[in-house]
Amino acid sequence: MTRFLRNQGWVAGLLALLIFLFVVTRLIQPGYGSGDFGSLVRAVLPYAFAVAAQTVVVIAGGIDLSVAAMMALTSVTAASMMNGASEEYAFFVVPFVLAMGLVLGALNGLLIVVTRVPDIVVTLATLFVLQGAALLVLDAPGGAAAEWLKATVVGTMPIPGLPDWTDAWVPKALVLLVVCLFVVWLPLRRSRLGLSIYAIGSNELAAFRSGVPVARTRIFAYALSGLFAALGGLSLTISTGIGAPIPGPYLLASVAAVVLGGVALGGGKGGLLGPIIAVFVLRLVRTDLTLLAIDPNVTTIIEGAIMVAVVMFGAFITIRGRPAGATP
Amino acid sequence: MTTSATMPQAASFGGRLKRFMADRPLIPLVILLVILVMILQILRPGIVNERWIANTAKFAIPLAILAGCQTMTMLTGGIDLSVGTVATMSAFIMATQIVNQDPAVAFVLAMLPAVLIGLVNGVGVGVFRVHPLIMTLGTSLIGTGFLQVYQRTVIASGARIPDFLNWLGTGLTYGFPNALFLFVPVAVLIVFTLNRTGFGRLLYAVGDNERAARLSGVRYWQVITALYVISSLLAGITGLLYIGLIKAPSLSLAEPLVLPSVAAAVIGGTSIFGGRGGYMGTIIGALILTVLTTLLTILHMPEGGRRILFGFIVLFVTAAYLRIIEDR
Repeated sequence: MTRFLRNQGWVAGLLALLIFLFVVTRLIQPGYGSGDFGSLVRAVLPYAFAVAAQTVVVIAGGIDLSVAAMMALTSVTAASMMNGASEEYAFFVVPFVLAMGLVLGALNGLLIVVTRVPDIVVTLATLFVLQGAALLVLDAPGGAAAEWLKATVVGTMPIPGLPDWTDAWVPKALVLLVVCLFVVWLPLRRSRLGLSIYAIGSNELAAFRSGVPVARTRIFAYALSGLFAALGGLSLTISTGIGAPIPGPYLLASVAAVVLGGVALGGGKGGLLGPIIAVFVLRLVRTDLTLLAIDPNVTTIIEGAIMVAVVMFGAFITIRGRPAGATP
Repeated sequence: MTTSATMPQAASFGGRLKRFMADRPLIPLVILLVILVMILQILRPGIVNERWIANTAKFAIPLAILAGCQTMTMLTGGIDLSVGTVATMSAFIMATQIVNQDPAVAFVLAMLPAVLIGLVNGVGVGVFRVHPLIMTLGTSLIGTGFLQVYQRTVIASGARIPDFLNWLGTGLTYGFPNALFLFVPVAVLIVFTLNRTGFGRLLYAVGDNERAARLSGVRYWQVITALYVISSLLAGITGLLYIGLIKAPSLSLAEPLVLPSVAAAVIGGTSIFGGRGGYMGTIIGALILTVLTTLLTILHMPEGGRRILFGFIVLFVTAAYLRIIEDR
């Protein structure tokens, strides 16, 4: 019960921080309105999926370094498949790319289980492999995205029964994000499989002795991570209209947001809501820096420094939380 | 346990091969190198001559020094992914500062960011206990940001490659590349440090059993901080050598070397989990990778395919070493 309160307290604190940042943004730029909020959500979209992908494996007691590379590969695959193809063809491309993410993610998990090499090394190796594969698919940014797909993240969602000014604050990208994440996550968390993921994250041996199929659960966690990463890659292609084979800074951002979102890097704790709010916080900080007319390159430095500081803080908390004298 | 442990004469061929690999890792590596050179000679008869050997050495040396950074950090169970950024920063700052500054001043300015990044890495890993992979990835992101900001301040002044770096990078003396003048002392120093000094022993001790090392009075954070500063300094020097070889300062100069440097150390028999390995194997690993790259270029394998191959090599070799260690 106290753990529940503490976790919810962390999320509530984050939410307060987010609201505070929105107020700050309004003070810096009095004209900050629904349109700007829409573009914020569009910018958050790939980050949010990357964080979701990372969160699932971190809860299961692992880490996935291949998230960004997986996004790059799925993004270029989608972009090059849709290049010059008909609009209807995209109905085939989307499930194909998602299935690809699922299978490649499961492969990550399978390699970890079969080779017994630590997850951090296996996913480092698959990071190289997936990056190479992305370069094979497209060696320079290019490709295209179907118009109807692009339309799913642009504009707002009309909600019947609500006044127009409320609609303006509900961008389609936000709806897409909420639907994709929570349709998968909420039922899972209530299910036996979701409980198993938490179980192997908090104590693998205890989970094994209570009859949890550890290997299968781990493979499933990585498969789910791959699926989320594929969603992230798709959202990249959709929002930019092209695919880029060199991954963005999504790996570090995903780890930072996971830590900031109150998910312990040791595993077994936390949920998806905290990290997602954390992504919004991190992106909004960037928006504020841009609004303050700071050089975008300097913004990158500040952003990187914040992420490193967050990760350092998280690691510090983790050692403090351990009994004295224990080593990781 | 296994029969091979009690009765060595009854061990199977595979078991004996494993023991042989574990005891003398250098011999199979040299055999592999010779096989690769022979394949090259068969594919392109006459390619293997004095000039080719000098050329291979020239390209293998920067890789071997960077792989030295990985070897030392891996011995403690870490990894240093910021070497690419550090090398690029040093090279770029050197090439731009030499235009207006005294060479000695330019050298100091070029080494400054290397020391700083090493220090931040060391404190993050040693004091705050962030995973080295995440920490060095973060500092390399911040470093790249600084480099982009810096680049805009020197656009007007242009860049020049100093003559002595040209001489060091590409020159030949009696058919031997001049880079050996730098590499031989560095290699001797690394091997000597690892095998014959207290600091080297501390690195093995920390990597083998951190808790035991701590309990026997090792100041963990001091060892780690010194290690990452040394690693960064080596990377900075490599950058200077590399700019003399490539002769085109860019913001992603040494990035392509990061992945092969990890692969070279892993192939050379250094365990990514710490406590096992040495620098001689890494040097041969760097040579193997350089010859392999030539081979892949002749076979017209694109960059993407090369990365995929390197990723699989890292995974396969790590899994194989894990089996060898488990058998003992």
